[in-house]
Amino acid sequence: MVTQESKASATDSVGLVTPQLFHFDEPLLLRSGKSLPAYDLMVETYGELNAARSNAILICHALSGDHHAAGYHSDSDRKPGWWDTAIGPGKAIDTNKFYVVALNNLGGCAGSTGPTSINPETGKPYGPDFPVVTVRDWVKSQKRLMSRLGIEKWAAVVGGSLGGMQVQRWAISYPECVANAVCIASAPKLSAQNIAFNEVARYSITSDPNFHNGRYLEHDTYPKQGLMLARMVGHITYLSDSAMRAKFGNASSQLESTTRGNLGRDLRSGNLSFGLNIDFEVESYLHYQGERFSSNFDANSYLLMTKALDYFDPSVDYGNDLSKAFESSDCRFFLVSFSTDWRFPPERSRELVETLLKAGREVSYLEVDADQGHDAFLMPIPRYINALRGFLDNAYEELCHAS
Amino acid sequence: MRPDQEIIKRWIEPNSHVLDLGCGDGSLLANLKETNNVKGIGLEIDEDKIQTCIERGINVIDQNLDDGLANFQPDSFDTVLLAQTLQALSHPDRLIDEMLRIGHRGIVTFPNFGNWKSRLYLASKGRMPVSKFMPHAWYNTPNIHFCTVRDFDALCEEKGIKVLERTVVDSQHEDSWAMRLFPNLFGEIALYHIARK
Repeated sequence: MVTQESKASATDSVGLVTPQLFHFDEPLLLRSGKSLPAYDLMVETYGELNAARSNAILICHALSGDHHAAGYHSDSDRKPGWWDTAIGPGKAIDTNKFYVVALNNLGGCAGSTGPTSINPETGKPYGPDFPVVTVRDWVKSQKRLMSRLGIEKWAAVVGGSLGGMQVQRWAISYPECVANAVCIASAPKLSAQNIAFNEVARYSITSDPNFHNGRYLEHDTYPKQGLMLARMVGHITYLSDSAMRAKFGNASSQLESTTRGNLGRDLRSGNLSFGLNIDFEVESYLHYQGERFSSNFDANSYLLMTKALDYFDPSVDYGNDLSKAFESSDCRFFLVSFSTDWRFPPERSRELVETLLKAGREVSYLEVDADQGHDAFLMPIPRYINALRGFLDNAYEELCHAS
Repeated sequence: MRPDQEIIKRWIEPNSHVLDLGCGDGSLLANLKETNNVKGIGLEIDEDKIQTCIERGINVIDQNLDDGLANFQPDSFDTVLLAQTLQALSHPDRLIDEMLRIGHRGIVTFPNFGNWKSRLYLASKGRMPVSKFMPHAWYNTPNIHFCTVRDFDALCEEKGIKVLERTVVDSQHEDSWAMRLFPNLFGEIALYHIARK
C-alpha cells in the first residue's frame, strides 16, 4: 500500500509545501470603479527562481481552484494540489527547470482577501459587500505580486478555463511581461449557454433560505443546499456524456465502456427503491460532489467567480474586435482544446486561434481527442501533457539561450 | 534537407512570412527560420509530427486542410506552401484558390502522374501504378487526386494563375536535360511557383 508519506516524497512530487501570505497596502482600483484599500494574496511557489529571474511560470486557477496547485500541505492530506498531474520535478511544468507561482485570486475563499475576510470599515465579514472583481482586476493584482517577487517577465503564464481567460488578459494588458501564453480549454468570452448555466448556479444559491442576502455568516449559517445544487449542475457540464457512461457504467473493460449499450445507469444497491431515494450511482456521485464542495467553498465567492467569467470580454475596449486587443501582445501562444468539452468546446479555442492569426501572433494549437469533457484539462492525457511539456521545454531552452 | 526543399527555399524570400500546409515535422520551417529568419506557421494533423513541431519551437496548428482555410485572412502571408499534399486533398482546386487568397505567392509540389514509369506501368499491366515512391494500392491510398504536369498547367490556365517558375525533378530530386525538355514525361516531382495574375 502506498502511504501518504511516500506520495509526498515521490520523486515527481513537489512534496510538502507551505503557502505564504503576501499583504498589499496600495489600494487596488477595480474595473467596477470601487477599490480595495488593502488586500492579501495567498501564494504557493515550487522550484527555484534562477539568478536571471527569468524562469518563472504563473499558474492561473479556474472557477473553484486556489493557490494549492501541487504537492501536499501535510502527510495526512488525502489528495495533492489541484494540478499535481502537471506540476512537479520532471513533469510537464517541470519544477527542476521552472519557478512556479500559484495564487488564490481576490474574492476567493482559500486565504486571499474575499467575502469571508473582515471588512476593515465594518469589522464584520465582507459577505455580499465584497466588490465584484473581474479577470482584469485579478491580473492587476497578480502583476503586483510579480513585482513583489522580483520578476520582470514570466517565462509563461498558464491556465485552463477561467484560468485561460487570465492568460489572455496578461497577454493583452502586460505584453512586456509575458514570453509565452498557455491557454487551455478556454474561450474569448462566454456564450449565452455558459452564462445561462452560471445564472442557474447563482439563482440556486441566492434563493436558498439560508442565503440571507449574502449575510449568512452573520446568521451563523450558510446556503448549503443552494451551493450543492450549483455544484451539481456545474459538475454535469464539466463532464461529457461519454465520461459519465464510463464512470457510472461499471465497465469491466474499456471496450464495454464505449459500447452503445452502456448508458452508465449503474444501480447503487442492485434494486430499484420505488421511492424518491437515490437509486443510481450517478445520483450518489453528484450528491457527494455537491456535499464536499459546499462544505469547502464560500457561496459569495462562488457568485463572484461566476460573475468574473460572465464579464470577461477583452474585445469591448477594442470596438468588439478581439484581434485588435491582441495586436500589442508580444508572446508566443499555445492553445489546447478537448473534443468532448461542451462547456468550452474546440470551436471556442479555434475562434481564439483565428483571432490571434488575424492579429499576426505566433500561435500553436492542439485539439485533443478526450472523453472527459471540460475536466480533461486537469487530466494526465498523454497527447496533451506531452505537448505542454514540449512547448514549455522549448520555452526553457529559449530562455537559457537568451541569458 | 531534401533536395526539393532546396528548390523551395530558393523561392522564399528571407524575413518573409510563410504558411506551410501539411508542414510535417516542421523541418523546412525550422530551416527557413534558422537560415533566412522566416516567420512561419504550419498546419498538420499527424499527432507525432505536431509534437515534433512543438518541441522544436515551430508554430503549428492542428487543422485538416479539407476543412478549408477560412480562419486565415486575405494577404496575410508572403508565401503559402503546399508540398507533396495536393494529391491527398478532397478539393485541390479550391485549396489552390485559398492559397492565393491568403498568400501573395504559392508554391505547390506534387508527384507527376504523367511520368513515363506511371504510363508504362498502366499501359503494360493495366493496373494502377504502385512504386516505391507511391506505395499504396488504389483502395487505401491517401492520394486521391493524382494529376500530371500538363493537368496542372491547364488548371493554372483555367484559373488565371500565373506560373512564375516550374521545375521538375526525379525521385532523387535531380534534374536533367531530358526533364527540362519533356517535363511531363520524365519529371517525377513537379514544383510550381505561382501567383495571382
